[in-house]
Amino acid sequence: MKPAPFVYHAPRDLDEAMAVLAEAGAHGKVLAGGQSLIPLLNMRLAAPEQLVDINRVAALEPFGIEGAGVRVGALARHSQVERSAEVARAQPLLRQALKLVAHPVIRNRGTVVGSLVHADPAAELPAVLALLEGTVRLARVDVERDVPASEFFTGPLESALEAGELAVSAYFPALPERAGTAFVEVARRHGDYALAGVAALVRLDDDLRVATAKVACVGVGPVPMVADVSEECERRPASTVDWAGVARAVQDGTEPEADIHATAEYRRHLVGVLAVRALTEAARNAA
Amino acid sequence: MRHDITLVVNGVTRRVSVPARRLLSDCLRHDLGLTGTHVGCEHGVCGCCTVLLDGEPVRSCLTFAVTVDGRRITTVEGLAGPDGLSPVQRAFAECHGLQCGFCTPGFLCTVTALLEENPSPTDEEIVDGISGNLCRCTGYQNIVKSVHRAAELIEEEESR
Repeated sequence: MKPAPFVYHAPRDLDEAMAVLAEAGAHGKVLAGGQSLIPLLNMRLAAPEQLVDINRVAALEPFGIEGAGVRVGALARHSQVERSAEVARAQPLLRQALKLVAHPVIRNRGTVVGSLVHADPAAELPAVLALLEGTVRLARVDVERDVPASEFFTGPLESALEAGELAVSAYFPALPERAGTAFVEVARRHGDYALAGVAALVRLDDDLRVATAKVACVGVGPVPMVADVSEECERRPASTVDWAGVARAVQDGTEPEADIHATAEYRRHLVGVLAVRALTEAARNAA
Repeated sequence: MRHDITLVVNGVTRRVSVPARRLLSDCLRHDLGLTGTHVGCEHGVCGCCTVLLDGEPVRSCLTFAVTVDGRRITTVEGLAGPDGLSPVQRAFAECHGLQCGFCTPGFLCTVTALLEENPSPTDEEIVDGISGNLCRCTGYQNIVKSVHRAAELIEEEESR
C-alpha cells in the first residue's frame, strides 16, 4: 500500500526543525532513516498529518567520542556507527548489537537514534542504551533535556519523547576497564526481529573474578529488561560461576508473552540460555 | 501539494514533480518509466526494490523521493556499461543466479555494492550481504556462486 497524504516539511537547520515541530505539535512526526516509520506509513498503521524530514539538518549527522563515551547524532546511520573503529574501541557493544539490526541494506538508511525513539521491545539498540545506562537528548525550542534510558523507554513502541520534541542525539557510556560485552539473540531468520536476545556486560576485578555482571533482555517484556546478576556470580572466576542459578535470576526478571512466533515459556527458556551465553562471552572479552 | 525535485538517475539529470508521499520506488517506475526496479512487499522485507543511493544500496520503497532530492541514484538499468552487461549481471546469467527474475534487480544492485566494498567475500560474507533479499526460485546456492563468479570477472577486468 501507499502512505496516506501528509504535509511535508524539510527544515534546513536545527532551529527551523524545532520551530516546525513546535507548530505541528501532536500532529507532527519526525522522519529520519524511515526504516521503521515508512513501513508503518505504507501499511497505514500510522498516518501523521505532518512529516518533518530532518535528513537535511547537517548538525544532526556527527557521531563520535565525547568525554567518556560515544555520542551519536540523530542522523548517524547504523552502518556508519557499525563501521567506526573509534566507536568500537570505546564501546564494543555498539558494533556487536548493530550487526544484528535487520539487514545491511536497512542499516544504510536506518539511524541509531531512530531505533531508540521507535522503542520496539524486540529491538537491539534500546537494550544497549538500557544496559549501559546511556541517555537520549531531547530538544525543543530553547530547551534541552537528557533522559536516562531507565526513564526513556516507557512501554512497547512508547518513549518519553513528547509532542514537539526532537531526539537530537544519544549518549552511550564507554566500556570500563577490565570489562567485556556481548550480544546474542535467536531469530527465526537472520535479520528478523529476535524471539529473544540478551546484551551482557561483565567487569572483572584484579584477580579476574566477576565483579559486575548485568544483562538487558529483548523480546521478553514491554521494554528492555535490565537485570544486575553480580550477586548471583558470587565474585567467582567465570569458569566456576553457578550459571544455571544466574540464568534463573535473569528469567525471574522477565515478563515474556506468547505470540504467533513463540510461546511465553519458550521465550523464557531462550532468555535463560542466551543470558549464560552472553555473560560467559562478555567475561571472555573482559579477560 | 507537489514538490519539484531533481534526481540524477543512472547519470542523467531528471526533474520531476511529485507529491511528498511518493515512494522513490514509485517515482522511478511511474514518474520516470524505469520499471526495472521491482516492488514486492513495500515494507522493506523482500529487497526487490533495492537501488543504489550515492553508491550505497537502499530500499527504494522505504525512501520518499522528496527526501533524496539532488542525490545520485543507480537502478538496474544503469548497471550495464557501453560494452554490455556488467560483470555482476554476466555472472548471474552464467551461473543461473535467477529463474523468474523478479528479485534479480534488487540482487544485482545489492551485489554490485557488496563487491565494491569487499572485492573477494567469503561464503559467509556473501550470505550476510544478501540476507536482506528474498528469492523464491533459486534456493540461493546459485546466487552465492554468481557472487563469487562476479568477483572473479571484476578482478579479471581490472587486471586487463
